[in-house]
Amino acid sequence: MKTIEVPALARVEGEGGLHIGLKDGRAVEIRLDIYEPPRFFEGFLVGRYLQEVPDITARICGICPVAYQISSVTALESALEIKVTPQVYALRRLMYCGEYIESHALHIYLLQAPDLLGQPSALDLATIAPEVVKNALRMKKIGNELLKAIGGRSVHPVNACVGGWYRWPDAAPLKALLPELEWGLEFAKETVRWSLTLPYPDLEIDYEFVAIHHPDEYGIMLGDIWSSKGSKISIKDFETHYIEEQVQHSNALHGHTVDGSTYLVGPLARLNLNHEQLMPNAKRVLKDAKLKLPLKNPYKSLIARAIELVHFYEEAIALVKTYNPSGPAHTGIKLMAGEGAGASEAPRGLLYHRYKIDENGLIRFVKITPPTAQNLPRIEADLLALVPKLVKMEQERATLTAEQLVRAYDPCISCATHFLKLKIEEINHS
Amino acid sequence: MTLTPKTNLKPKVAVYKFSSCDGCQLSILNLEDELLDLASVVDIAYFLEATRTVKPGPYDVGIVEGSVTTPHEAERIKEVRAECKFLISLGTCATAGGIQALRNFAKADEYAKTVYPHPEFLQYLETSTPISAHIPVDLEIWGCPVNKATVIEVLAALLQNRRPNFPPSPVCLECKRRGVVCVAVAQGIPCLGPVVHGGCGALCPANGRGCYGCFGPSSAGNFSALIVSMMPLDRYPNETANLLRSFSSHAPAFRAAADAAFKAAIGKETK
Repeated sequence: MKTIEVPALARVEGEGGLHIGLKDGRAVEIRLDIYEPPRFFEGFLVGRYLQEVPDITARICGICPVAYQISSVTALESALEIKVTPQVYALRRLMYCGEYIESHALHIYLLQAPDLLGQPSALDLATIAPEVVKNALRMKKIGNELLKAIGGRSVHPVNACVGGWYRWPDAAPLKALLPELEWGLEFAKETVRWSLTLPYPDLEIDYEFVAIHHPDEYGIMLGDIWSSKGSKISIKDFETHYIEEQVQHSNALHGHTVDGSTYLVGPLARLNLNHEQLMPNAKRVLKDAKLKLPLKNPYKSLIARAIELVHFYEEAIALVKTYNPSGPAHTGIKLMAGEGAGASEAPRGLLYHRYKIDENGLIRFVKITPPTAQNLPRIEADLLALVPKLVKMEQERATLTAEQLVRAYDPCISCATHFLKLKIEEINHS
Repeated sequence: MTLTPKTNLKPKVAVYKFSSCDGCQLSILNLEDELLDLASVVDIAYFLEATRTVKPGPYDVGIVEGSVTTPHEAERIKEVRAECKFLISLGTCATAGGIQALRNFAKADEYAKTVYPHPEFLQYLETSTPISAHIPVDLEIWGCPVNKATVIEVLAALLQNRRPNFPPSPVCLECKRRGVVCVAVAQGIPCLGPVVHGGCGALCPANGRGCYGCFGPSSAGNFSALIVSMMPLDRYPNETANLLRSFSSHAPAFRAAADAAFKAAIGKETK
């Protein structure tokens, strides 16, 4: 048996490895190893006071702390039967716009595009296309500035709490961002046009897409969980339809539908299920792109992210313009024992939380299902579909192609432990 | 330590990840205004979150994010030390063990059973420990996440062969500089600001809440006075003690103070 070690998979969040076992040119084994160490959040959250939860769960992922904060506060608010005011809700959407802008700009330009353009990194891309990278960084910075204006800092912002916000952010720094947001909206449209010109590998997969859907807005927090296979369930019923299992090669749990099939969460799922709820500019760029929906090529999730960038810039502009806080920034908490589920769409897909709390507001049980855990079995299945092509390629090219597929998913492996070293084992005919 | 090269070669920088959320590494990628300039003065030789190019060591500067929580990490950190001339711990996980050090006050096996149906598949250590518990570290940057301005200051100082200029004062003083009204005095909210390392710019008090200690203990903190003054303000049982036992829980000063606070709470109950 021959073992080939290839460079660790770069430009993903977290740590993992990819193992493909070949025999007579056919894949006999495929394993996405996650050796990102387990950190036991669901363990040490037990016994903590509920208001500490959004600050602690934020630390599950430095790229999408807002998603963790929002999913946990909505779950806890459900347990406490708290309904937040429309103003509190609008500001949550605005903060989420900041996270989408920062995370999508990072993924499109710094993590995935270098692959499609044959570059090892955005820093290398900057040596041949400096303007592209400068604009990308400017675009990303606007998302971070928005997060900072609302939550004090972009990584692990400090303003969100169960019931609403610690304080209303000052309006002036938010309004001051409008010219940059307007620039960002135009550059996001250009990003969509550019994204259509990139050389995506051919691969069409018949996915079951799963995302939060809301009839009146692009679903990221409120609404039901829709599947492209037709099921429409409320967030509280998530665990009866979607389950997680542990596999030996991974510190991340693996998600399946209750009947054992794989499903896909993330930008392709959201765009395919929710494109009718896009903001007008985003709808127009989608129409001009002449894409055939549903988009089924995992590499083209870059295009879906680009369209979402247009949407979230547009929504951010609308929300900043109408931001005029009045009344209390948070609803008072009346402690009671209870249980509540909540979910929101992290940039990389559906993030579900459920908590049980006691009458003193202490956490008694925690269940967190991150997006990458749900996508891992799907990534493995996609890699398997790619193997007939991989075996015809030279070793180095095969490795790169497989890596690129994994990266296209924007896997956030820190949060799925719940990075990647690629190991292809050629099992000799003997 | 100087990074001034003897030849015209740019100093080689490596960025490593251990157990963490990636947020501190992301703080480097979040240097949107400085990233391309930075790449022109240093050679980013190993930084997997940013590039698949891996240049062989040794490296002039190693930046380590995350804490040590697995047997593999405990071995790997020694290799990292061997290939880096100057080693920096980046962020509260690397400097104090991070939020995942909460396992140090419980049984990791129990947690594993709570979270995973097959804990026997997992490899982990009983404790989450800072990088300095395993190898000598040349400089520590605190923060959960680090303040990216501090990262630039450290790299600039190394390039200019001078000492980095860190804020020596606690969060409490940053409030005064910003003109933030004291949340403990004015609103009766427990706040760790008097004993916490500055560098965040008093973010939490400026947002109307108490400091929760994510930048770790200040070297001059008077912890016993903190406990005496904040515990009476607790809004839920053991709030002050829990604040001390959260993001920097394994830092010695915070460990001792949290122990004292929990003990004082028990003493009060039995009276």
